[in-house]
Amino acid sequence: MDAGVIGSIVTVVLFVLFIGIVWWAYHRGNRKRFEEAAQLPFQEEDHETRRP
Amino acid sequence: MEATTYNYKVVRQFAIMTVVWGIVGMLVGVIIAAQLIWPDITYGIEWLSYGRLRPLHTNAVIFAFGGCALFATSLYVVQRTCQARLISDGLASFVFWGWQLIIVLAAVTLVLGITSGKEYAELEWPIDILIAVVWVAYAVLFFGTIVKRKTKYIYVANWFYGAFIITVALLHIVNSMAFPVSWLKSYSMYAGVQDAMVQWWYGHNAVGFFLTTAFLGMMYYFVPKQAGRPIYSYRLSIVHFWALNFIYMWAGPHHLLYTALPDWTQSLGMLFSLMLIAPSWGGMINGIMTLSGAWHKLRTDPILKFLITALSFYGMSTFEGPMMSVKTVNALSHYTEWTIGHVHSGALGWVAMISIGSLYYLIPRLFGREEMWSVRLINVHFWWSTIGVVLYIASMWIAGVAQGLMWRATNEDGTLTYSFAQSVNAMYPFYTIRLIGGAMFFAGMLLMAYNVWKTVAAGRVVNDARIPETVHA
Repeated sequence: MDAGVIGSIVTVVLFVLFIGIVWWAYHRGNRKRFEEAAQLPFQEEDHETRRP
Repeated sequence: MEATTYNYKVVRQFAIMTVVWGIVGMLVGVIIAAQLIWPDITYGIEWLSYGRLRPLHTNAVIFAFGGCALFATSLYVVQRTCQARLISDGLASFVFWGWQLIIVLAAVTLVLGITSGKEYAELEWPIDILIAVVWVAYAVLFFGTIVKRKTKYIYVANWFYGAFIITVALLHIVNSMAFPVSWLKSYSMYAGVQDAMVQWWYGHNAVGFFLTTAFLGMMYYFVPKQAGRPIYSYRLSIVHFWALNFIYMWAGPHHLLYTALPDWTQSLGMLFSLMLIAPSWGGMINGIMTLSGAWHKLRTDPILKFLITALSFYGMSTFEGPMMSVKTVNALSHYTEWTIGHVHSGALGWVAMISIGSLYYLIPRLFGREEMWSVRLINVHFWWSTIGVVLYIASMWIAGVAQGLMWRATNEDGTLTYSFAQSVNAMYPFYTIRLIGGAMFFAGMLLMAYNVWKTVAAGRVVNDARIPETVHA
């Protein structure tokens, strides 16, 4: 196999992988986990530090 | 025993140094902008000649100012969204002092004229090795903290920071491969067009991963926090992340259009650059739409003004960039001031403004205060920087197009209409406007330094920020 064929295979594999990622991101079953993940910056205690 | 507090010390150190290096780097920028108008302004002192100060300016603003901003925010965000302290305080100090040493060494060697001559990778090999060591330590610190996280998921901002850390390591090590001939001189391991291609594969991905992906990580944390609502679409952020990573790697050849680079490689670079509009705009829309339903906050909150204006400039420059990579446009724009205008629309408008906004959020929290000493001064800073950037990029657009048109103009007999000196002469008014714009942006940084100084003086050093004990998700 020459470099051109390997390059083509890699390109196709990566493209399919990317389509898979898009499908995974928008899959209905994953909605809840992504909504939870989006809340991560907001999970903090009311008083972050001890008051002096 | 498990740590109960976050490591704010390293964040604080990097946050303060961001302001310091921002002022230094931008001051050098103002000086070289003045040199283009008054070439003798530094009295012919070789250490202050344009050729030495220019790489000092780019290295200082990208790696000292931008770098410190990224270390500060990434080490803060990774701790807070993983609800875990950095794995090692010693390693954190090593990264901080190592990076400061690199910056000082860079400043000294560049001014002395010691350079490997590769743009944005000018530093000689001993410094390159030091950068690689500090960078690996940073990677261990960052990913180690992710590994010991208490949360179930890894927040999207950390994905962006993580991609930045891995890719910059790869780019730096591959592009800096060289044969040393002495302690201060080396030659690139690559030759001819391969050397050029490796250099611009590095160069464009330095833009893509250092100046884009990493600052998007900043955006994905600080925009939701300051707006008080989660990111517009978390799913879009995932697609945004992967699309950006898959495409950016291939855009480098657009720096080498109409050179000895094979034609197909040039076309490939142009095509991938055009495709980059999609993820870039997806990310911009995701950030700006986070404010949907809370647009009124933009009227009163100068920090949000910084963050959202930064995203607008990001959108503008990521539209402009792909356009400039089209071969026919590039034939006019390349080697002209238009490129300088484009770079600064990204560097000042996007990178600096998102960093400044994030720092105004961060600094009060690191010094035990609700907000900065003066919110009104943040607002003044915002307007000075915005007007400064607009003057800068508008003057450089006009200058660049004028330059391109003058260079390509020919008489009926095929001779050039203008001499090169005539095109230089035509630049003076635009250089002057650019100097005014740049000086305004620089003056804004001085305002920031004063505001930070007052905030620190009135505050207290926070070393007891508590990690939440219960994990909700």
